[in-house]
Amino acid sequence: MQLLKIIINREFKARVRNKSFVVMTFMSPLLAVFMLFLITYLSKVNTEEKKEIAVYDPTDKLQEILFDTQKVTYHFLDKASLEQSKDWVVSKKLFGLIYFAENTESKPQITFYTDNSPGPTLVSDIESKVNEYYWRQDLKSQGIDPELFKKKQNGAVIDLQSFSGKKTSKTATYVKMFFGGTSGYLIMMFIVIYGNMVMRSVIEEKTNRIIEIIISSVKPFYLMLGKIIGTSLAGLLQFTIWIVLGFILTQILGAFFTFDEPQTMTSAGSFDLPILIQSIAELPLALMIVSFFLYFIGGYFLYSAIYAAIGASVDNETDTQQFLLPILLPLILGVYVGFVTVFDNPHGSVATLFSIFPLTSPIVMLMRIPFGVPWWQLAASLILLFVSFVVVVWFAGKIYRVGILMYGKKPTYKELYKWLKY
Amino acid sequence: MLEVKNVSKSYDNYLALNNVSLSINQGTIFGLLGPNGAGKTSLIRIINQITMPDSGTILFNGKPLSQSHIKQIGYLPEERGLYKSMKVGEQVLYLARLKGIEKSEAKTKIDFWFKKFGIESWWNKKIEELSKGMAQKIQFIVTVLHEPKLLIFDEPFSGFDPINAEIIKNEILLLKEKGATIIFSTHRMESVEELCDDIALMNKSNLILNGNLSAVKESFKQNIFEVKLKIFEEHKSIEAIHKKIDIIENIFDPIKNINSFKIQLAQGKTANDLLSELSKAGSIILFKELIPSVNDIFIHAVKMDSYAIA
Repeated sequence: MQLLKIIINREFKARVRNKSFVVMTFMSPLLAVFMLFLITYLSKVNTEEKKEIAVYDPTDKLQEILFDTQKVTYHFLDKASLEQSKDWVVSKKLFGLIYFAENTESKPQITFYTDNSPGPTLVSDIESKVNEYYWRQDLKSQGIDPELFKKKQNGAVIDLQSFSGKKTSKTATYVKMFFGGTSGYLIMMFIVIYGNMVMRSVIEEKTNRIIEIIISSVKPFYLMLGKIIGTSLAGLLQFTIWIVLGFILTQILGAFFTFDEPQTMTSAGSFDLPILIQSIAELPLALMIVSFFLYFIGGYFLYSAIYAAIGASVDNETDTQQFLLPILLPLILGVYVGFVTVFDNPHGSVATLFSIFPLTSPIVMLMRIPFGVPWWQLAASLILLFVSFVVVVWFAGKIYRVGILMYGKKPTYKELYKWLKY
Repeated sequence: MLEVKNVSKSYDNYLALNNVSLSINQGTIFGLLGPNGAGKTSLIRIINQITMPDSGTILFNGKPLSQSHIKQIGYLPEERGLYKSMKVGEQVLYLARLKGIEKSEAKTKIDFWFKKFGIESWWNKKIEELSKGMAQKIQFIVTVLHEPKLLIFDEPFSGFDPINAEIIKNEILLLKEKGATIIFSTHRMESVEELCDDIALMNKSNLILNGNLSAVKESFKQNIFEVKLKIFEEHKSIEAIHKKIDIIENIFDPIKNINSFKIQLAQGKTANDLLSELSKAGSIILFKELIPSVNDIFIHAVKMDSYAIA
């Protein structure tokens, strides 16, 4: 036990003192914020660019329909033919040309000529305006006042409420998706990054040949365990720092950018800040954090034991590829299953199954938790995860024990199986 | 001190150790010799409890080898290395603590050794900043720091320049003086001659030779004598000698007028018989029995063993 502590201590320090750890811990939140800024800025620049679109409309109807906006200026042409208009637009290097005509049934036929790709909002905007125009014309021809018709429409809104009386909304669902998805994805990233760290450290010891000195003092299993635990502590430290930094940064940013929010958000559509805050507050945050740590520990131990075994069986990192694929597969599967099935139906049988299966449960269960998971499923999933983690650590320890003393050839799966029996 | 009894070990379908038995006496230096792949490292790993034997037992001071003996063993592996990016002091401290030494005690001991080797200034250096020879010194300190009763050195001089090799050699002798038992595995036969009390020779997983160094040498001598002789009357005398003595080799130095012979002693004769015979033929300048070197024994024994197996 004393020895294990010494090993954990060294492994922890070795990870934390590593330059890349320091850089990643402190730079990545800053980088994330910077990227956010960049994206916001770029999209702003993008939308601020004004488009000039020519319109060739022999019927002259569009002049009543399309008006210049902040983003688009329309030039109505009075050319003799479509071909002439096209030539003119090309020579003037405008964004595009809208050709408007009516067919025999007086229905509109619109063609948009452009070498650029117009955004979907631009196209649908024109479509809806034309549609509304014809809709009004139709109503008028039937002797109905469109304004009156609009007034008479009932704006029925469905009020979502749970049986316990909590109000929910679409926003709440999005919030759950966001938090579930982020924590599931984060767990996967952590497993891959820290699993790789464990693996590289094992390979380092092996190629350094210090391994023989160490295992003449301690049992290989303790070294492996100490390495895994020490590295996981570094991971938890990093995660904690991120949470703290993230909190501070959002506070700072919140103070600076409140004025921007209403404008951009309302334009985005059905957004409601109070509901957002309420939805976040209503999330089972405590359960989410506790289960994040539990699943991190379980999932990370499970996978990093495999990573350690892989590291022990090869001589250099390039030989690890063939063994890494089977590890990455369930992780990627977990993320995809999470994003596709959980968000579609968080309590469906596929989502439930994958959230209990130990290789994917850390990811999928975390995505499900915000939507509320029955206790028995959570318990089953955790128990299964920790049982399989013990089994895998035991098996990995066997491979590790033999592998670290094997040099030279690249092992096959068959050989790994043999090592289990030594 | 250490007794290896009928130890066998096989990997997959390769037999690494075949029923090896040997015993190592307290306070001696024991040379474990053999060509590459003979099974030396396998045996050393078993003594270090890095691997377990398939069969057989090992007694450490009369008790079966167990975890508790780890603290009493110091091991310098042939393929050695340290954490490259870890600081020298921390690294030695870490490895010492893994051997069960308390932090403060370890620090005093490290100070002692660092001073002894004049490397106090290295404490905060990283291993990657040191030369290979410097790193070897650190490794040596790691091996001996916890004052083990049994020391196992696998090729301890490789990587050292002659000056540092001498320092290490003297340290090893000093440790022996203090009562440590030392197992010494090497290919450098001259260091075996110099240091070892007992030797064991392994070949192809078997122990083919084992015992006290001088006794082994004794058993390998072939009654060959080296003689330098100034012959009285060239032609007559040499014929007379030839009749009575089996000369293997004869080199004549015409300037000094000296013959150098290698002579095989005939069955039933003693060195005195030979000496009196020679004294009749000329004046003796040199008379010496040829004792085989460890190198000769090594090559001879391995060849004989391979021949016997074939």
